[in-house]
Amino acid sequence: MRYVRGAAIAFLLVTTVACLFANVIAPEGYAHQFRELPNAAPSRQHLLGTDDLGRDRFSRVLYGTRVSLVLAPAAALLASLLAALIGGTAGFLGGWFERCAMAATDLFLSLPWLFLLITVRALLPLNVSPFISVVITFALLGCLGWAAGARVLCADARAIAQSDFILLARATGISRVRLLWRHLIPNLKPVLEAQFWIAIPVFILTEANLGLLGLGVAEPMPSWGSLLRELENFSNLPAQPWLFVPLIMLVLVVSSFDLVLSKEELLI
Amino acid sequence: MSVFAKHAIRVVLVVLLGGILGATLIRFAPGFGVDEAELDTRLNRESIEAMRHARTNDGVVSFYVSYFGRLFRGDLGMSQTLQRPVAELLRERLPETMKAVGLGLAFGWVLGFSMAVAVVTWRVWYFDLAAGILAGVVLCLPAAVMALAFLLLQAPARLVIGLVIFPKVFRYSRNLLARSAAAPHIITARAKGAGEARVLFWHVLPATAPQLLALAAVSVSVAFTAAIPMEALCDLPGIGQLAWKAALGRDIALLIDITMIVALITVLANSVSDFAGHAFQRTDA
Repeated sequence: MRYVRGAAIAFLLVTTVACLFANVIAPEGYAHQFRELPNAAPSRQHLLGTDDLGRDRFSRVLYGTRVSLVLAPAAALLASLLAALIGGTAGFLGGWFERCAMAATDLFLSLPWLFLLITVRALLPLNVSPFISVVITFALLGCLGWAAGARVLCADARAIAQSDFILLARATGISRVRLLWRHLIPNLKPVLEAQFWIAIPVFILTEANLGLLGLGVAEPMPSWGSLLRELENFSNLPAQPWLFVPLIMLVLVVSSFDLVLSKEELLI
Repeated sequence: MSVFAKHAIRVVLVVLLGGILGATLIRFAPGFGVDEAELDTRLNRESIEAMRHARTNDGVVSFYVSYFGRLFRGDLGMSQTLQRPVAELLRERLPETMKAVGLGLAFGWVLGFSMAVAVVTWRVWYFDLAAGILAGVVLCLPAAVMALAFLLLQAPARLVIGLVIFPKVFRYSRNLLARSAAAPHIITARAKGAGEARVLFWHVLPATAPQLLALAAVSVSVAFTAAIPMEALCDLPGIGQLAWKAALGRDIALLIDITMIVALITVLANSVSDFAGHAFQRTDA
C-alpha cells in the first residue's frame, strides 16, 4: 500500500508540474483554432488531434488539468478554512454559540448540495469572462462545501477544549487568543488537513458534473467538465478513442487523491 | 423536549429558512421586476422605468409577506421559462424522480451492502481487494459520465443513481461491519462455535444499525443530487431535469421551489432515520 501511495503522490506531482508549465509544454494556446483542421486525428503536430473547432486537444487537456488542479485545492482550502472558523470556534466556545452554529450547519447540510449550487450559479450574470466564470464556479464550491467539515471540526475542537492540557493551560491564566492560537489550532491541523484532501476530489468531480451539464466553466476556457462534453458524441467514440483521454486523466487524478489519504483519514 | 418535537422543529425551520433564502434570492436576483412588455420598442426609457417601478415599489417587507402568503396557500408561483404553475410541474415530475431515486437507492444498497457483508463474512483478501478497487473506480467517475455510458449502452438509466451510491455504501458499511466484527464479544462468539449467519444477524448488524440508518438517510440526499445529471443527460422527465432546464433558463423561482422540496424530503429522511436509530438503541438497551 505504501508503494501505491508513493506512486499516487508521484503521479500527482508530475501532473501538477506538467499543467503548471502548460504554457511551455502545450504546442498551442487552448483557444487557438486551426480552422483548416477540425476534428483531426492525432498527429505529430496535434498529439490528441483537434476538436470540432480545430483546437489542439492536447493543449486543452493540459490547460483544463491546470484549471482543475489549481482551483479545486483553492476551493478546498476555502471550504476547510470556513469549516475551521465556524466548526472550530463553535467547538472551542461551546454553549449557545455552538448550538446555534451546529443548528445552522445541520440546516445547511439538509439543503441538497448540487441543487443549491446550480441555483446560486444561475443567479450570477451571464456575460462574465471565462476567467471570472472559473473563479465563480470554484469559489461557489468552496463557499458551499464547508458544512460537513465544520461538523467534524466542531466535535474535535470540543474534545480538545475539554482535554486536560487545555484545562491546565487555562489554570495558568493563558489568554483565550493565545490558547486558540498555540494549543487548539495546532491540534486541529491533522483533521483540517484530512478535510482539505477529502474535499479536493469531491470538488473536481462536482466541477466535471457541472461542466458536462453546461453550468461550469465558460468556453473557450477548458476544464475537465467541458472537455468531457465531447463524450456526448457517441458516434465518434469508437473511431476516436483519444476522446477518452480527459476521462482517463480525471479518473487517475481523483483516484490518486483518494490513495494519498490514509485509511484513518478516510474514516473521518 | 421529546425527539419528535425536536425533529418537527427542525423540519419547520428548514422550510422557513428555505423560504426566506428563496424569497431573498428571487427578490435580489438580476432581472427581478423585469417584464416581457419592456421589449416593446415603442416604449421610451422613462416609460420602462415607470413600469419597473410600479412592479417593484411594494417594498421588501410586503414582498416577503406576499411570498410566504402564497407559499402557505400552496401557490409556488409560475415558471418563467415554461410558463406553467410550478406546483403543476412538480406534481407531474416528482413521481418520476421518486421512482428513479427509490430504484437507485435499492440497487446501490443491495450491491454495496451485500458486498460489504460478503467481505466481512468470508474474510478473503482478494475479494476485499477486488471490491475495494471496484468501489474506488466507480467513486472516481462523475455521475454525468456514468449517465452517458448508460445511454450509450442503452442500459436502464435509473441504475446510475445506484452506482453513485454503491461505493459510498460499500466503503462505509464495510468499515463499520469490520470494526464491529473485531469486537471482543464477537470474537468470543465465534470461538464458541456460533455460525457466521448467527454472528452477523445477532451481533454485528444490531451493533451497527444506528450508523447504517444514518448512512441510509445521507444516501437519499446523494441520490437526489445524482438525479440531476442522470435525468438531464438521459432525458428522463423528473425534477432533476427540470432543475437543469431552470438553471439554463435562469428560472430562479422554479429552481428555489425544487431545492426546497428536495431539502424537505432530505430532512424528512434524516428525521425518520434518527427516529429509527433511537428506537433501535432503546430496543437494544
